[in-house]
Amino acid sequence: MDKMPKWADVILLPLISLSLAAIISGLVLLATGQNPITALWVMIDGSLGSSRGWGYTLYYATNFMFTGLAVSVAFHARMFNIGGEGQALLGGVGVALACLFVPWPHWTVAVLGAMVMSAALGAVWAAIPAFLQAKRGSHIVITTIMFNFIAAALLNYLLVNTLKPVGVMEPATASFPATTHLPNFADMLGVVGIPFAPDAPANFAFIIAVVACVAVWALIWRTRLGYEIRAFGQSESAAKYAGISPTKIIMISMMISGALAGMMSINNVMGEAERLVLNSAEGAGFIGIAVALMGRNHPFGVFLAAILFGFLYQGGSQLAFTLQIPREMVTVIQALVIMFTGALDYMVRWPLERLFQRLRTNAATSKTAKA
Amino acid sequence: MDLLSLLDLSILGSTLRTATPLLLACLAGLYSERAGVFDIGLEGKMLMAAFLAAAFASLTGSVWLGLVAAIGGALALSVVHGLAAITFRGNQLISGVAINFFASGITVVLAQSWFAEGGRTPQLAGAARFENWVLPGALTRIRDIAQAELPMKIYSQLISGHATIVYVALLTVPLTWWVLYRTRFGLHLRAVGENPAAVDTAGINVVRLRFSAILIAGVLCGIAGAYLSTALQANFTREMSAGRGYIALAALIFAKWRPWQALWACLLFGYLQALALRPDILKRAIHLDVPSQLLDVLPYILTVVILAGFVGKAIPPKAGGEPYVKER
Repeated sequence: MDKMPKWADVILLPLISLSLAAIISGLVLLATGQNPITALWVMIDGSLGSSRGWGYTLYYATNFMFTGLAVSVAFHARMFNIGGEGQALLGGVGVALACLFVPWPHWTVAVLGAMVMSAALGAVWAAIPAFLQAKRGSHIVITTIMFNFIAAALLNYLLVNTLKPVGVMEPATASFPATTHLPNFADMLGVVGIPFAPDAPANFAFIIAVVACVAVWALIWRTRLGYEIRAFGQSESAAKYAGISPTKIIMISMMISGALAGMMSINNVMGEAERLVLNSAEGAGFIGIAVALMGRNHPFGVFLAAILFGFLYQGGSQLAFTLQIPREMVTVIQALVIMFTGALDYMVRWPLERLFQRLRTNAATSKTAKA
Repeated sequence: MDLLSLLDLSILGSTLRTATPLLLACLAGLYSERAGVFDIGLEGKMLMAAFLAAAFASLTGSVWLGLVAAIGGALALSVVHGLAAITFRGNQLISGVAINFFASGITVVLAQSWFAEGGRTPQLAGAARFENWVLPGALTRIRDIAQAELPMKIYSQLISGHATIVYVALLTVPLTWWVLYRTRFGLHLRAVGENPAAVDTAGINVVRLRFSAILIAGVLCGIAGAYLSTALQANFTREMSAGRGYIALAALIFAKWRPWQALWACLLFGYLQALALRPDILKRAIHLDVPSQLLDVLPYILTVVILAGFVGKAIPPKAGGEPYVKER
């Protein structure tokens, strides 16, 4: 029998972890002389109180859905992919190449081309650490960290030396042509007559992200490959005994992970900036770790956690704007969420399991007493 | 070709300075990982220490109080890592990632709240900074040094004239070697990273041993951070650790978790950093425009090559990353 009911594991545990993170964040705000309640209200109003706020919240959430899915697919194979940031940067290069050098007739085809290119480059960037893990036993965490730095330097080099238009100082590509412009929420909802803030960055990529959530769910729980990935993640030796090739699973799961992280660039590079700049991923690759942990590696959980972090991000910029609390406060909250849901999981789980066991034995004894 | 200019004394001197924080963080990682606890959080602990050192030095006017605060802050994060990784048997990598994010955020939030200078601390001067030592007999004026003989130049420019922490870091290397290979504690430490069950059977407390290792790591990270903001620079700026914790991790792998090799690895990576700041020297030496980005990432590329086992295999401590569960 399980130590505690499933709802407690899936809903109660993350909620308690989240509350602990929120309480400590509130204490940090108190310590810096701010009122946490006011701050929370500013965050809610700024991110959910208007269609413009929602537009930003969902834009950030789109980034985090891609990177959160990326981390969770790798987690299912018990690979910890910290390299989402680098894979997203490479995905950005893929989007830029696709948008700048191919004369697309319409955005519907352009987005397909950009998806293929960004997924391919992201997958390649994950494939090298995966290969080294599978064939040479190099620890995937260390190599993916190293590949983040190498990706940042590579992007820096490409922007400064090759992709930058002649005569421009800023290390960035030229703006993408108008035919690659993705419709934003105002364009899409305008078709059915719903008004939406035209200057909010949420765009068509949100729909791709939702489709990706469903696709990852189907892959992990409804296909043979997904079964093999989960089996490998549960027990490498058992999977090997069942004839599953570790090399194949490590390579495929990491390449899917890298492709998902790379496709994040459809949102931020193609949908928002419409050109490639330095450090384009802005840490979203790392937030994917928090999102995957919070979402318990389930695509629906990732979807919800991504929206939660989208809210934190948009709310955080409102804090900076309205209350002069530095944006970095969001990084603190994010760190606390990772700490409580990821590393200190047992600290919360252990007393909870004890509680449920006690409740169960009490119920059992009272039953026997009645009989 | 003028390869000798690659050994320019000013480059070698700045190598020593850039290598110092790497070396301290690398040795911190060495204690922790030799005891079987992965520590990705070196970066965060260094950053936290850098902020606290600059903040307290600025508030009290004493760099030594700054150093104490820095060590205290790094120790606090070490304890959190210990609770997560040792006591609650959580994922050591995730705990390290969380610590890095926490430090990255909280330093700016506190700096803004305490000093309101856009996430920086005020400029430090005088007793609030570590001054450079001038060893007896060393020349200080640039003109005197230029006219001196080579041994005197080396003595004055390379050996003399660094902050206290540079010499402390260099002395930590033989000290670490001695602790690790010549003391009972060091033997236990190495054993607990390879086979904690055997250490436990011998009647030694695994939890206490691992905690002492990560506390030593905390102290060393604290010194490394204080060096960044009170010796190398004269204030704290956001993200000032700039990936040094990860380079230290890379150096640790490069050194295959051994103290003397850690010194050479950190000097090599420090040299690459020093060279990246002086593209003119490299150009003069090999007549090629080496992109500075390549020099920046060379430590990471070299580490991946080493990890892949193409140039000698790097084998980490066997029990690294595994929480120890006592059998009943």
